[in-house]
Amino acid sequence: MDESAEPGLRIREGDCAVLKRDEVFKAVPVLRRRKVIFEKQWFYLDNAIGHIYGTTFEVSSGGSLQPKKKMEESTTETKEAGTDNRNIVDDGRSQKLTHDDIKALKDKGIKGQEIVQQLIENSTTFRDKTEFAQDKYIKKKKKKYEAVITIVKPSTRILSTMYYAREPGKINHLRYDTLAQMLTLGNIRAGNKMIVMETCAGLVLGAIMERMGGYGSIIQMYPGGGPVRAATSCFGFPESFFKTLYEFPLSKVDSLVSGTFSSETLTSETECNVPVEEESNGSVKEKTTLIQETEEESSSEAVMEGIETEDQETMDLAAEDAEYKENKERGSKENIREKQRKQQERRRKLVETAALLEERNADGLIVASRFHPTPLLLSLLEFVAPSRPFVVYCQYKEPLLECYTKLRERGGVINLKLSETWLRNYQVLPDRSHPKLMMSGGGGYLLSGISVTMEKIQSDASSLEAQKIEEPTSKKRKLQELHC
Amino acid sequence: MSFVEYRDTIKDGDTAIVFLGHESMFAVKVQHGGKTQTKYGVIRHSTDLIGKRYGSKVTCSKGGWVFILHPTPELWTMNLPHRTQILYSTDISLITMMLELKPGSIVCESGTGSGSLSHAIIRTVAPTGHLYTVEFHQQRAEKAKKEFQEHEVEHLVTVKNQDVCKNGFGVSNVADAVFLDIPSPWEAIGHAKSALKIEGGRICSFSPCIEQVQRTCLAMEEHGFTEINTLEILLRVYNVRTISLQIPDLGKASEDNSGAGFDSSNQSNQGGLYGVLQQGTAQFKSGVPLKEMVGHTGYLTFATKSLF
Repeated sequence: MDESAEPGLRIREGDCAVLKRDEVFKAVPVLRRRKVIFEKQWFYLDNAIGHIYGTTFEVSSGGSLQPKKKMEESTTETKEAGTDNRNIVDDGRSQKLTHDDIKALKDKGIKGQEIVQQLIENSTTFRDKTEFAQDKYIKKKKKKYEAVITIVKPSTRILSTMYYAREPGKINHLRYDTLAQMLTLGNIRAGNKMIVMETCAGLVLGAIMERMGGYGSIIQMYPGGGPVRAATSCFGFPESFFKTLYEFPLSKVDSLVSGTFSSETLTSETECNVPVEEESNGSVKEKTTLIQETEEESSSEAVMEGIETEDQETMDLAAEDAEYKENKERGSKENIREKQRKQQERRRKLVETAALLEERNADGLIVASRFHPTPLLLSLLEFVAPSRPFVVYCQYKEPLLECYTKLRERGGVINLKLSETWLRNYQVLPDRSHPKLMMSGGGGYLLSGISVTMEKIQSDASSLEAQKIEEPTSKKRKLQELHC
Repeated sequence: MSFVEYRDTIKDGDTAIVFLGHESMFAVKVQHGGKTQTKYGVIRHSTDLIGKRYGSKVTCSKGGWVFILHPTPELWTMNLPHRTQILYSTDISLITMMLELKPGSIVCESGTGSGSLSHAIIRTVAPTGHLYTVEFHQQRAEKAKKEFQEHEVEHLVTVKNQDVCKNGFGVSNVADAVFLDIPSPWEAIGHAKSALKIEGGRICSFSPCIEQVQRTCLAMEEHGFTEINTLEILLRVYNVRTISLQIPDLGKASEDNSGAGFDSSNQSNQGGLYGVLQQGTAQFKSGVPLKEMVGHTGYLTFATKSLF
């Protein structure tokens, strides 16, 4: 297989890879001689480098990864089995092997498969279980003792699932299927000029970048000192994707909308060179970048797992911190020149971005943040061309009710829809197919619509449109409904 | 107009979407001299459409007005002529993300049906990807081809009129993803596997019946697919309404006014949550679910082909 033909096919040092075991994911940087903890196992990724993404490994003694060969499933000989559980008593004594016995087996280096076999043989009730129960028992033991890890390439599917399971607070509890809806409803595709406002650790931005494939442009609005793009760096996009990624501070939006924006009014706040700290759940740990970019305006921090202390092992914090301090102390003159040059570059980019926004011809707007959506929508829609979709995500329904109402008053939008999606997983096995026991209780809400040309006479648009769009009041209803 | 790129003004030959109001819209083929009837009157293409900006309001002959929208696969899905039951954007969204589609992806699909999903896939894989779509019904295959041409996307799609269960997709080891929406998907799993790249890819099968799903999952397992996962997604829509509820008259306690209850005659305690519209009512905004919702479209089964 020719590596040059398909870049990104093989695991390389410096990549962000995702470890997968059953339904559990964890993003880690691929670094040599760096211990990784995942699902109660410790290992090094060195042996994985060079393999194709999607390869499954076993952790062998010493913490090295060995590719797992696909084993032939043991032939299904008709095993002895019972018909039901009426005589099975769960007294906790059916397994004759003790904790220590099992530990001894593990220490001896016995393979997981063999341990499972031992457990079966030493279970007094195994042969009384029904075939289904035996199947379930074996699956359960395999899951525990036959630990295999697959290394997969990051993608929106994988990262959004991972974040929702591990760090939902960081992404405002945006469930992955809701994100999927946003990408489609927003007609996200190559060539668009998108405006994005998100506080989901950069996951939504990354998803949009993936769907745009490096074509077109994205203007990311951000609160505070700079955008958080921790998740974005996990995607592993090529540098070229970032050339058409712009950012603009929310604090300057009002001036832009009212036409009073000018580069002279830039204050020192936008020229701050302190790396932005993680915002969402108050965890303020400064983490340095994975790939060596010392960005000062945006924090492309590769925070793989957020606040878990396991991070410390996989990040070379100490070394990079020292380097940073060293640079600070060395040659202050050089430093000042460099600082000025960077400030000028930042200012130039800001003016460029403002000009892009002022064209008011964006192809779409995506909002997914912890802020109240209404003010964001009302101002950012000004920069969107007519006949373009917009999608707003909110963890809660009520702010979107208000947003809907305000948008109706404003006019210039049609096809407003407030929705949520239900997602349900199934177990599919012969004679045992049914929905799974647990399902997600909620994945957030979406308000979507299409922009149209604004009416010069406001009353015309809102009242006529409201009349046309809402259904007529039924005379018999006890509830008195008023049109919003 | 283009289904894979935004253009600003309406041109002769475009497919545009006429929006009349609440969930009322239809697609129209813009033509010089063309006329379209709506309940608000006639729209004359040459004067009212051609050269106008997408998103503009157009006044019809009887005085009412409509909006003309740029087509998108989502709008197309809501307005295309049905030749078969189609997939709607809710399922399409999940399929797109779970199959990891993006610009440059090579996708195989069967059956083409009415082209609802096809248009969405083409939009996502453009400009460098490709869709190979297989439809065993000759007329449907023809109609799909014609539509792709009209929508200026024929360079991104290849339509084959054959039976995918017997003859596969017509390509080998090129696809990043395969999608099946056919009566017997288990018969096509083998072909799907060979259409997918050697190093791996994603597959999705959509089936309304659980029995089909069971057979398909078994076939996937037998062919060495991993990460087999079945799920379903449903859309819940809410109408935003301002509701006024009457406050019940619980009578008055004689003389003693110490009642801490919801006293309708005392307007001052209503602060915050409820705006008292008039004596005896409480008003609030609500997201009201629709009376009926789609409860089932089909089960989506995803899986991964990998080397190991």
